[in-house]
Amino acid sequence: MSTPFAIEVDKLTKRFGDFTAVDAITFKVKKGEIFGFLGANGAGKTTAIKMLIGLSKPSSGLGKVAGFDVNKETENIKLNIGYMSQKFSLYDDLTVSENIRFYGGIYGLSSKQIKEKISEILEELNLLEVANSLVKSLPLGWKQRLAFAISMVHSPDIVFLDEPTGGVDPRVRRQFWETIYQVAEKGRTVFVTTHYMDEAEYCDRVSIMVAGKIEALDTPDNLKQQFNATSMDEVFLKLARQ
Amino acid sequence: MEAITVENITKSYDKVLALDDVSFTVEKGELFGLIGPDGAGKSTLFRILTTLLLADKGGGKVAGHPIVDEYKEIRKKVGYMPGQFSLYQDLSIEENLSFFATIFGTTVAENYDLIKDIYVQIEPFKKRLAGKLSGGMKQKLALCCALVHKPEVLFLDEPTTGVDSVSRVEFWDMLKTLKEKGIAILVSTPYMDEATLCDRIALIQNGKILKVDSPQQMISDFKKPLFAIKSNDTYKLLNYLREQKFTESALPFGESLHLITNESYEVAQLNKHLKYAGFLDLTTTRIQPTIEDIFLDVSKPIS
Repeated sequence: MSTPFAIEVDKLTKRFGDFTAVDAITFKVKKGEIFGFLGANGAGKTTAIKMLIGLSKPSSGLGKVAGFDVNKETENIKLNIGYMSQKFSLYDDLTVSENIRFYGGIYGLSSKQIKEKISEILEELNLLEVANSLVKSLPLGWKQRLAFAISMVHSPDIVFLDEPTGGVDPRVRRQFWETIYQVAEKGRTVFVTTHYMDEAEYCDRVSIMVAGKIEALDTPDNLKQQFNATSMDEVFLKLARQ
Repeated sequence: MEAITVENITKSYDKVLALDDVSFTVEKGELFGLIGPDGAGKSTLFRILTTLLLADKGGGKVAGHPIVDEYKEIRKKVGYMPGQFSLYQDLSIEENLSFFATIFGTTVAENYDLIKDIYVQIEPFKKRLAGKLSGGMKQKLALCCALVHKPEVLFLDEPTTGVDSVSRVEFWDMLKTLKEKGIAILVSTPYMDEATLCDRIALIQNGKILKVDSPQQMISDFKKPLFAIKSNDTYKLLNYLREQKFTESALPFGESLHLITNESYEVAQLNKHLKYAGFLDLTTTRIQPTIEDIFLDVSKPIS
């Protein structure tokens, strides 16, 4: 169990009928790494993520996420990862505290643990004043940071962020990335998808999926060198337009 | 002639001020971008201009008609692609298209020239239900449906949100072609890098227009000293710079950080200072701003 990797997959494949959505992808993500998972729409990203978080059974291939088998231990995976999607998973008509309590309960925390989590999150995010306000009354940037904090309410080793910053104010987007850095610094693995290519530069390593396959995987600097490009945007365009 | 005029439009939902005294004009044949994050008020403005929502104050004209008094005329002359995919999911591509043509009292054949370049890309799948299409194909179909009656003014509310950067480039190419056919286009986007593809843009945040101009003019009007600094520890450098008196703002920008200083410095001066503070191996360049730099400069910090 003491592997240095939060994710290890080997030839992971998903077929729908005769269409291969994810075609034998192999990669590893180190613990504490910020890993950017990029690809054009329809490249197979979502399908791949679904297998990684235990929502979809691979057609073939092996993999471990947070130490558990993606083929056989999907329930354990779900309990040991955090997940935040672009569409807010918070309940608009519950208050901030109620949302934390709800998710704490879902993940089986004791009421004592939930109490501690509520004050911890409220304090860390400076949300004490609005603890009893409905989530729908909060500005988007706050909601997003709250959703991020709640996705880690059960202290998972790895958290998946699916386009967490789509449409967000540029200043808030940057604040959000600073939060990601802080989380990674504490040793938690962050697996993130984005359509903002400048955000790809903030990742430790980046993979780019094209038509079901991982066509490139390295640090942003090495990828730019490899593709003779000045920015990740250029790397992405070169790969996706092949 | 103006295709759209917006005059002092204000709109509130309960206590939330969604639009605060918004004014601008869009010329005929102009590609005008409304650039701002979610919650800026972009969609509210689109709904007022497409006559689906009443403003509290102010008014405007679209295709020469006042937005309240002659709303029926406007509806015949504009195409509107809302932010949410709103075609009929259980009709096929060709059924959706002919439905919209019929509603507007025309046929697909009559204005086929206008949509041809876009439609041929989805035509091989014309029997497929709209609900079964990929994001990029839905976007193309929605654009065809908004164009099928040959509108004078086209409203596109965040057509590229959630779309990957390759498809976004293609979409903007299509808009350029449409513009050249004389259609005025008002398009909104949260992606600041798309701003330079517009003739003119309005930067909008919290219901207020911060600035209106051509992107090129905005860039050349920006006089503050702006530097891009590449370092192997951006985070540490950011925190250091934010504590310095000479820093007006320091923000991460992809692989480098962007520093605005409150007085002019030579690159060599800056480098010397930072080297003295222990930051080695820096690449510092004096740069021109991107639209995102300008947005961050004129927008208010959100706590």
